[in-house]
Amino acid sequence: MGTVAAHGLRKSFDKVQALDGVTLDVPDGSFFVVLGPSGAGKTTTLRAIAGLEKLDAGSVHLDGRDATGDTPAARDLAMVFQNYALYPRRTAYENIASPLRARRCSSSEIAAAVDRMSSLLHIERLLQRRPAQLSGGEMQRVALARALVRSPRAFLMDEPLTNLDLKLRVEMRTELTRIHRSLGATFLYVTNDQVEALSMADQVAVLKEGKVQQVGTPTEVYERPANRWVAGFVGSPPISLLACRAEGDRLVGAEGWTLPRPRWTTAEDGRALLLGLRAEDLSVEQRGDAALPGELYGLEPLGDRTVVDVRVGTEILKVKARPTVTGTQGERLQVTVDLDRAHLFDAGTGLSLSRAGR
Amino acid sequence: MAVSIDEAVSPGPVRDHTAPAPRRGGRGRSVLELALLVVLAAVMLFPALWMLETSIKENRDVYAIPAKFFDFTVTLDHFRDVFVAPGGGRSAVSVSFLNSVVVAGVSTLLATVLGVPAAWAYSRFSVKAKKDQLFFILSTRFMPPVVVVIPIFLMYRQVGLIDSKLGLILIYAAFNVPFTIWMMKGFVDEVPPEYEDAAMLDGYTRLQAFWKFTLPLLVPGIAATAVFALIFSWNEFVFAIFLTSSDDVRTAPPAIAGLIGGTTVDWGLVAAASVVFALPVLIFAYLVRKHLVAGVTLGAVRR
Ligand SMILES: Nc1ncnc2c1ncn2[C@@H]1O[C@H](COP(=O)(O)OP(=O)(O)OP(=O)(O)O)[C@@H](O)[C@H]1O
Ligand SMILES: [Mg+2]
Repeated sequence: MGTVAAHGLRKSFDKVQALDGVTLDVPDGSFFVVLGPSGAGKTTTLRAIAGLEKLDAGSVHLDGRDATGDTPAARDLAMVFQNYALYPRRTAYENIASPLRARRCSSSEIAAAVDRMSSLLHIERLLQRRPAQLSGGEMQRVALARALVRSPRAFLMDEPLTNLDLKLRVEMRTELTRIHRSLGATFLYVTNDQVEALSMADQVAVLKEGKVQQVGTPTEVYERPANRWVAGFVGSPPISLLACRAEGDRLVGAEGWTLPRPRWTTAEDGRALLLGLRAEDLSVEQRGDAALPGELYGLEPLGDRTVVDVRVGTEILKVKARPTVTGTQGERLQVTVDLDRAHLFDAGTGLSLSRAGR
Repeated sequence: MAVSIDEAVSPGPVRDHTAPAPRRGGRGRSVLELALLVVLAAVMLFPALWMLETSIKENRDVYAIPAKFFDFTVTLDHFRDVFVAPGGGRSAVSVSFLNSVVVAGVSTLLATVLGVPAAWAYSRFSVKAKKDQLFFILSTRFMPPVVVVIPIFLMYRQVGLIDSKLGLILIYAAFNVPFTIWMMKGFVDEVPPEYEDAAMLDGYTRLQAFWKFTLPLLVPGIAATAVFALIFSWNEFVFAIFLTSSDDVRTAPPAIAGLIGGTTVDWGLVAAASVVFALPVLIFAYLVRKHLVAGVTLGAVRR
């Protein structure tokens, strides 16, 4: 068992409202990711759930029981801290053993558990070193081992992979997913890396300025962003947003272009809208009926693909293309739009207007 | 005492004794600097040197006119007199040294035991009007002892603490607790609170987390703070002379002062007693010299 639920968490530091009514529902055994930019309140959320931060309002329920006033120890959670928080005077071995020592396990149990963790995380050679003698990535793995060494109600992980190099990060991503499956435990995982969020999560909560913007599966968050901000934050290259309005059966851009009005919109005529177009739903290589005229602004070769920047009026569209695509700057071209996959947002509130019709 | 302050703020190799600070300016400047420092050192150290000499001179040489700098007979008689009474048995001064050890030791222990957890609490928890509280705590140190000694004398007489070691211990502890809180708060602030957070998630209580994880990191700071408190209690004169009178309670400072007076002054004995009195402070100051500098420059430590 291990459900974690936070309801209406509020916390302010002096003038900063770090958490502004955060509500999360983490099901038992799920890999739940909180995704948000720096300063969104991710760490504060985790610390509040762990019982390290006194809340202004809101409650934390663990396994359905109100745990708002409980001490951190009583909550039976394990946490990987963003800055590791490894005990400086203790060896890696002693750091990993610490949760077991607190529970008065026998030294043979401890040795067995630390052994298991160190081979799982490839840190056997580091066990006798102190944190000061470890690299950032090594410290992060020791911190992970310290959390994983026991079986708590749930694991709280604060950006545990950010300091690893790319290769190790990809490796550890798979490894963590595997550990999660084999333990069947609840993971509440915080990151600002959308790739991590989309690749590892069962469920993602997108956090911005202390408010949850959207909760859903990675696909839902990517395919049906609740507002223009989520659409802009999730996805790489970022979604292109064009100002427009509906007029009869046309969408008329502020820059003068027109497109057929998508069947699924319910937006009334004349309302200020934002058309959201992801790079993979645009093409400069295929022809179609829905197209925007523009000129080539730049090419960004990324190896497996090239991102073509197309200027439409004063706005820039990012278009995904094959790596072989070529062109000269200023060249006129047509960008074909897959309108069935486009998004419309209210320009004022930023809320999605697409969901109803899909 | 002058010597230990001197040591504490000496501009020399402050951080690392193996690597002296690089000299600024050219050779001429360094010679001038050296000359000035020698003069300064001579002026500062002369009384201490003279005290040392007097303590090992025979009485004849002590009173010799003109004063003898080098060609005197060395004797340890004065040091014997410090510890042994003329008729045999313990001398009053030696008893006072013992009292000083007890009073300074226990009061420092008390101040540390009370002050360190308080400093931790002020550093870690959000306390209402924290700044005002801390200022109030510090402000108790603004007042010179002579100002409060009369009321305390009257109070002590009421409650029967007058002329007792316990009375001195309590008043010294009371004076040292604010100092300990302030100095230790600086050291606690330097230890990231995350270690305690991690320990609590490991399953320790808040107090265990402090005791097992933060306290060991504070030991150097505690040592430095305790030495300061110890030196204060060891040297304290005003309270000691007002609040104690009998020989078996008196601490060393008033006891040594008591040697001067009467019709003749045994300067050899006074000097020897002073040397013995200064020695522990010098040794302690030497042992924690690095931390003394840290303590003196505490205001400059980032928060
Ligand atoms: N102890 C504190 N005192 C004052 N402000 C704080 C404190 N902790 C957090 N904040 C503020 O609260 C907001 C949220 O901080 P938080 O650490 O939760 O962000 P985060 O999402 O974890 O960011 P990052 O990805 O950079 O770690 C920030 O604006 C931060 O400045
Ligand atoms: Mg953070």
